[in-house]
Amino acid sequence: MIDDGVLMNSPYTPGIAAQRLGSDELAKNFADLHAPLDRHEAMVAADRCYFCHDAPCITACPTDIDIPLFIRQIATDTPEAAAKTIFDMNILGGMCARVCPTEDLCEEACVRELAEGKPVEIGRLQRYATDTLMAKGEMPFTRAPSTGHKIAVVGAGPAGLSCAHRLAVLGHDVVVFDAMPKPGGLNEYGIAAYKSTEDFAAREAEWLCSIGGIEIRNEMVLGRDIALDDLEKDFSAVFLGMGLGGVNALSVEGDDKGGVEDAVSFIRTLRQSDDLSALPVGRNVVVIGGGMTAVDAAVQSKLLGADNVTIAYRRGRDAMSASRYEQDLAASSGVKLLFNVMPRAIHGNGTSAEIELEYTSTEGGTLKGTGETIRLPADQVFRAIGQTLHSDEGLTLEGRKIAVNETGRTSRVGVWAGGDCASGGDDLTVTAVAEGRDAAMDIHASLQG
Amino acid sequence: MADLTTDFLGIKSPNPFWLASAPPTDKEYNVRRAFEAGWGGVVWKTLGAEGPPVVNVNGPRYGVIYGKDRTVLGINNIELITDRDLYTNLEEIKRVKADYPDRAIIVSIMVPCEEEAWKAILPLVEDTGADGIELNFGCPHGMSERGMGAAVGQVPEYIEMVARWCKKYYSRPVIVKLTPNITDIRKPAEAAKRGGADAVSLINTINSITSVNLDTMSPEPSIDGKGTHGGYCGPAVKPIAMSMVSEIARNPATHGLPISGIGGVTTWRDAAEFITLGCGNVQVCTAAMTYGFKIVQEMISGLSQWMDEKGHTSIQDFMGAAVPNTTDWQYLNLNYVAKAQIDQDLCISCGRCFAACEDTSHQAIAMSDDRTFTVIDEECVACNLCVDVCPVEDCITMVALEPGTVDPRTGKVVQAEYANWTTHPNNPAATAAE
Repeated sequence: MIDDGVLMNSPYTPGIAAQRLGSDELAKNFADLHAPLDRHEAMVAADRCYFCHDAPCITACPTDIDIPLFIRQIATDTPEAAAKTIFDMNILGGMCARVCPTEDLCEEACVRELAEGKPVEIGRLQRYATDTLMAKGEMPFTRAPSTGHKIAVVGAGPAGLSCAHRLAVLGHDVVVFDAMPKPGGLNEYGIAAYKSTEDFAAREAEWLCSIGGIEIRNEMVLGRDIALDDLEKDFSAVFLGMGLGGVNALSVEGDDKGGVEDAVSFIRTLRQSDDLSALPVGRNVVVIGGGMTAVDAAVQSKLLGADNVTIAYRRGRDAMSASRYEQDLAASSGVKLLFNVMPRAIHGNGTSAEIELEYTSTEGGTLKGTGETIRLPADQVFRAIGQTLHSDEGLTLEGRKIAVNETGRTSRVGVWAGGDCASGGDDLTVTAVAEGRDAAMDIHASLQG
Repeated sequence: MADLTTDFLGIKSPNPFWLASAPPTDKEYNVRRAFEAGWGGVVWKTLGAEGPPVVNVNGPRYGVIYGKDRTVLGINNIELITDRDLYTNLEEIKRVKADYPDRAIIVSIMVPCEEEAWKAILPLVEDTGADGIELNFGCPHGMSERGMGAAVGQVPEYIEMVARWCKKYYSRPVIVKLTPNITDIRKPAEAAKRGGADAVSLINTINSITSVNLDTMSPEPSIDGKGTHGGYCGPAVKPIAMSMVSEIARNPATHGLPISGIGGVTTWRDAAEFITLGCGNVQVCTAAMTYGFKIVQEMISGLSQWMDEKGHTSIQDFMGAAVPNTTDWQYLNLNYVAKAQIDQDLCISCGRCFAACEDTSHQAIAMSDDRTFTVIDEECVACNLCVDVCPVEDCITMVALEPGTVDPRTGKVVQAEYANWTTHPNNPAATAAE
């Protein structure tokens, strides 16, 4: 760690450099985005819930958590019971409380949002409940008697872990194959650090596995170390939840220059870093894209000490998949949002120095360049224009994802899929959890025959 | 600006807000602070007979009922009458009264139920120059076990007897403070009047246990693992107090007897409501104990503003105004028919009205797939529960059906004439309408 007194660099140091900010400032920048509620705050926040009939927030939750019930359980000082209500539907309720775009889901549907533009703080209340129970190290579920079945789950991200936990509860044994050294998937490697502080993703995965019957095999890549045919032979059923391992290329001149990187790699490196001051970042950073990954990369670049950070998105603000809340978070962190521009070229002698962007307009639903261009200084360019399926394993696709029905069945009997790699639903942690859970229920039903 | 001056039994005070006999009025220091803050009067904390004073517990004296944000909804106390020497109190009363001639000072008294005891203390109190006395016949804990307080207040004959002694040995106004821990509040009020009392004040605190500690299994407040019932007060008791006040105001035997209203007065509005039910002034304790003496400023400004808005120039203008409208159930107009109406522009679709009506009432609210809630007039009995549980003010209202229209629930035409239960055909004791 570098002491502030002997800081080597500053936000104005040219090029890509580490140690732009001192460790104290970095620690402050990467602390919890929202401090957890204490007991009194939680009681007061919970008291605002109207306990709606057939509550709209439940409908808006991809995992159908009984939100009014858990909030009432908090209001009556039984946060552990509240946590059980949450985990009944969403075993990754702890992470979802941190990363869910609640402003687009439960809190958007909250009648108090309609009434006064100030919804019940469902996300923070969920965190209060789940943190309380998890801090006790309790696993509020027990396993059913063994069914004798062994099920393969590919991917230890939200979909895979959710599926594995539900299967374990139902009495099945589960082996989870994961490509990375640590479980958690995007929770561990792909979410802004200030949303998952104090190693929460790893702690959550460990807590989840305390149900028993779940074996995680790390650094096992489907198609490289394991084959779907073998899994089918060795296991009673297979669930694929490996996410989207590939990254879309920019396909513009200069894409191969130094300083041009995938945003997901940058975030992954940052998440695994134990010394943020050692992490290099550009003075002028441009992030190409309009989703959560773009925002996470841009904001964290700024928090690391980049002087100028710009998100360049090819369409208008309304088309951004990052929520308005995320856009505001970026703006308030000092990130500039540039709309209706697409990359044309990256200039520089071996390494990026400038990015050339062309303004766009949409005509008849088709996005076109207007011919007008601008150039921005860019020591570092992050690609955040979406991810792709690494390998389709010969399964039928829908668009660019594995085609599944509503319970996650793929075109191949005995193989289910869910999460970002499968069709249907938004690419959200909470959606992946729901899909993993529902696939587990369907796998169980099919095995019970 | 409205004139808030009150004349209660000839006792003048600049406003109708008096501090009730309680911890805030236990000594000179507090009372001077209260007067400086603007209180119109105080009832000095209850004096006991000459001799060694009572002793209080040395553990917690109060228990509380909270809202979720630790809003104080009700407090219960197990404190006794003053535990300071009688003469110390008397000297202080005399000094304060001399310094604040425009404020009311009433002395609360509780001595044994013997004529000699009253005969002994009353001249001492008279000598202080205080404006009157209040007989503490209400304290429900500690003193009642010694044959005083509520033990007297629960026996109308004793009230009458003591009131008579007081009128005999004391020349200024005598107020009898009534306990609510009784079945029919009219009886002790009648007894007070028979005994010659000039006024009654009510309510004293209500027997209560605020909570039980589920770890130690002791009622709260807990003194070394044991608790006892205390006296409940604060906003939670206001509805009970107002009902009892109205009973005395309506009772032909006590109608017109001056009343000092006590029980959960927290804002100017509470005070106005008590006054409309026949009170000449109000006494406050819990609100002051929760927020300090400064709250009287809001009470004064709020009552003034409301009186100005309504065109009331004095307290007398609206005193007792709600008494004629307070009646027995049997006289309520059964020909009045209302229906709930939901303002769809205000509705936030929480569905609380639906849950309440569907589960616990008359299945008179319909819910559509898009969460639109509408009243089914054929089922609505106008019970008002939907209005009560709706979180949006004025979103659901009760609308009266015009005479001549048909009530879809009963199929009957709404009658313009007043008709009540006493003449209703379903009433076996009905007198036939001639």
